Amino acid sequence: MQSIVKVSGLTKQFNQLTAVNQLSFSVESGDVYGFLGQNGAGKSTTIRMLLTLITPTEGDISIFGYNLNTHRKDILAQVGAVIEKPDVYKYLSAYENLKLFAKLSGVKPTHKLLMDQLEMVGLAARANDTVKTFSQGMKQRLGIGIALVHNPQLIILDEPTNGLDPQGIADIRNLILILSREMKKTVIVSSHLLNEIEQIATRILIIDKGRKLVEGSSATLFNDQQTILQISVANLSAASATILNSEWAKHLLPERDGQLMVGLNKEDIPAFNRMLAASGVDIYSLQARHSLEDYFLQVTAGKQHVGTFTN
Amino acid sequence: MWEHLQIELYKVFKRPRTYLSFAAITALIGVIQLGLMVDGKEYTDFVMADFAGSFSVDGKILNGYFICYVILQLLLVHVPLLIALIAADMISGEANMGTLRLLLTKPQSRTAIVMAKFIASVIYTLLLLIWIAIMGLFLSMLIFGTDDLFLMKSSYVVIVKESDVFWRYAGAFCFAALAMVTVAALGFFLSFFAENSIGPIVATMSVIIVCTILSTMNIPLFNLIKPYLFTTHMITWKEFFDFKVNDANEAIIGSIQYPDKIIRSATVLLVHIVLFVGAAVWLFRKKDILS
Repeated sequence: MQSIVKVSGLTKQFNQLTAVNQLSFSVESGDVYGFLGQNGAGKSTTIRMLLTLITPTEGDISIFGYNLNTHRKDILAQVGAVIEKPDVYKYLSAYENLKLFAKLSGVKPTHKLLMDQLEMVGLAARANDTVKTFSQGMKQRLGIGIALVHNPQLIILDEPTNGLDPQGIADIRNLILILSREMKKTVIVSSHLLNEIEQIATRILIIDKGRKLVEGSSATLFNDQQTILQISVANLSAASATILNSEWAKHLLPERDGQLMVGLNKEDIPAFNRMLAASGVDIYSLQARHSLEDYFLQVTAGKQHVGTFTN
Repeated sequence: MWEHLQIELYKVFKRPRTYLSFAAITALIGVIQLGLMVDGKEYTDFVMADFAGSFSVDGKILNGYFICYVILQLLLVHVPLLIALIAADMISGEANMGTLRLLLTKPQSRTAIVMAKFIASVIYTLLLLIWIAIMGLFLSMLIFGTDDLFLMKSSYVVIVKESDVFWRYAGAFCFAALAMVTVAALGFFLSFFAENSIGPIVATMSVIIVCTILSTMNIPLFNLIKPYLFTTHMITWKEFFDFKVNDANEAIIGSIQYPDKIIRSATVLLVHIVLFVGAAVWLFRKKDILS
């Protein structure tokens, strides 16, 4: 599959603070790429570097196979973005805002195009109202309309559900799914709402303090078949050795907080458990983890491990 | 670039704040005209008190040309404030609204964006001056009529023939435009350092006030820097109303006494504009957008 975004060794320093530290990842064509991290993890800084709002201290970004530094305008012509709050000109109407940004995106803004776009985000009836009369959700929808007006191939959404009510969040989630599945767009989306990401992301990157913790396919991490077992044992090194010397060795993941981590298919868990017991491993507890929230808390708690999951 | 400029002008003239400046100018000039219409005689008697007994004046001192000269004094503080309201808001206002980051994710060069913004603020400045000319000169000519322009300087009197006045106003307004564009460039430059409009507007006015004080104080220490301060040159438009005289001490129609002074002042102002805008472009190209 073709890499749409390829980031390598990306670093951004603000005086003494390293906001992003040697970050590398790639986004494949058609991905809904969930970008996760705690507050201050460096998500927004990374996204801003992808959009040329912030200049990296080090590292390379290529999008659509072109270097972002040397092909900025060509690349941005194919990128649509909503960054945090979807701020637009409050003294202009939704229609005027859309028209203005369509022009800046290199699109000839015909009345039909603009109205179709407003229709898509559910604002056609309010086209001529000034944005200052809009709710946060309506502004967010207008921001998405602006991001999509030039039919970009890559859509970057930084916290697109901020300030939205449950219905608004569901609308954004559905829109992302339509963009990805029906319109075949590649979407990078950062959010604090892990269950939302879990429902839509095909691949996930978790960062902390500007460093990559985990990057991988969400199918591997969170599908019903794949479960991460967190096992508390009496003797960690002996238990690890037992697993490594068994047919289960390939399932062993880096340990966390003094506990074994193993990635297994659900139906293999009983057999694996029997093997441990038969090998004399004393098990205190065995806990299945398969929600993104669990996984996120798990990987961001230690903050040291860097791992990669693949299909 | 042209499309950028159209967009910037569209934004400027869609904002109520823009029309506030035109309304403020209308009110200011209206108040001056009303005051001079009602109490003009007392005002001219007061001004002429120093010259009482020296000579008598035939004709109408309080005419449209004289009123406009009084109104042009607004250029020192009032008009710069109104210009700063827009120019100092061009970048900081967008940062404050959060639209700057959206604007810069579009496939446009930062230099083109910043130049379009500056040119839009220049056009606003020029339109404001044209409005001052309409209200201050043409309306005053309509209300008060025309005659020779009688100006009281500190130690002498200048009388400019009626037929020789209008082109001088054209020149004065052109020079005033250059001075006000310098103010716009300063406000524009300062707008890069803040994420709200108030800071750069106050900073612009503070710089103008401090530099004006330095320009007018006759202290040797400041005399060294005076020639380089843009505020020293902002009032050079007055030079258009000083003319050369012949051997018979008669005014030479169409002459300016110190044209080199006007050229020097215009050069200093132009250098300031280039420096302010150049620095703004340079900073904007490197700026990390964190707002």
